[in-house]
Amino acid sequence: MAIKDLTTTQARRPFQRRRKTCPFSGPNAPKIDYKDVRLLSRYVSERGKIVPSRITAVSALKQRELARAIKRARFIGIMPYAVQ
Amino acid sequence: MALYEHIFLARQDVSPQQVEEMVANMTGVLTAGGGKITKNEYWGLKSLSYRIKKNRKAHYSLLNIDAPAAAVAEMERQMRINEDILRFMTVRVDELEEGPSAMMQKRDRDDDRGDRPGGPRGDRGGFDRGDRRPRRF
Repeated sequence: MAIKDLTTTQARRPFQRRRKTCPFSGPNAPKIDYKDVRLLSRYVSERGKIVPSRITAVSALKQRELARAIKRARFIGIMPYAVQ
Repeated sequence: MALYEHIFLARQDVSPQQVEEMVANMTGVLTAGGGKITKNEYWGLKSLSYRIKKNRKAHYSLLNIDAPAAAVAEMERQMRINEDILRFMTVRVDELEEGPSAMMQKRDRDDDRGDRPGGPRGDRGGFDRGDRRPRRF
């Protein structure tokens, strides 16, 4: 009984993962702006580090732009370099 | 002429009027060099994410500038001398944005973003990370 339940749940979730898409590509994508702390803070970890694009699915081009924006925001003191 | 966005941080003990004076001075320098300021946005006294020159708070001002490089360089030189200015940043942009910047329109933008996938702790609807715990950095 328990085994059967396990197999059904696994069948619902096979190994292939859903294709992630870049949140900054496509129509009505947000514009990366160093003044937009709300947007940028979604792409830094709790420690304040920039999250790698393999986790956030940001395209390489946009990740570079994003990293630049985060670094600018840090410089003007609206985002932290590190959260202790 | 080139377009720039300029942000500067003034010391906490300075009054907003004095910040206005600083902006007026900078406008003078820029117009003398043949440029102009197209937008002046005062963000108010904001707390800093980390201490800058022993300060925990600073007055933020954003200026949109259309001026030749020489005028901007002269303005930056004078800002470096001014001790009331903690920090400044000039970024060259392809086009200046109209209307209030992201910092000013924060509140009304919260609503239409509600359906977007959240951050490290938010709803992960759009991302496929189902059964795995997020890695820690």
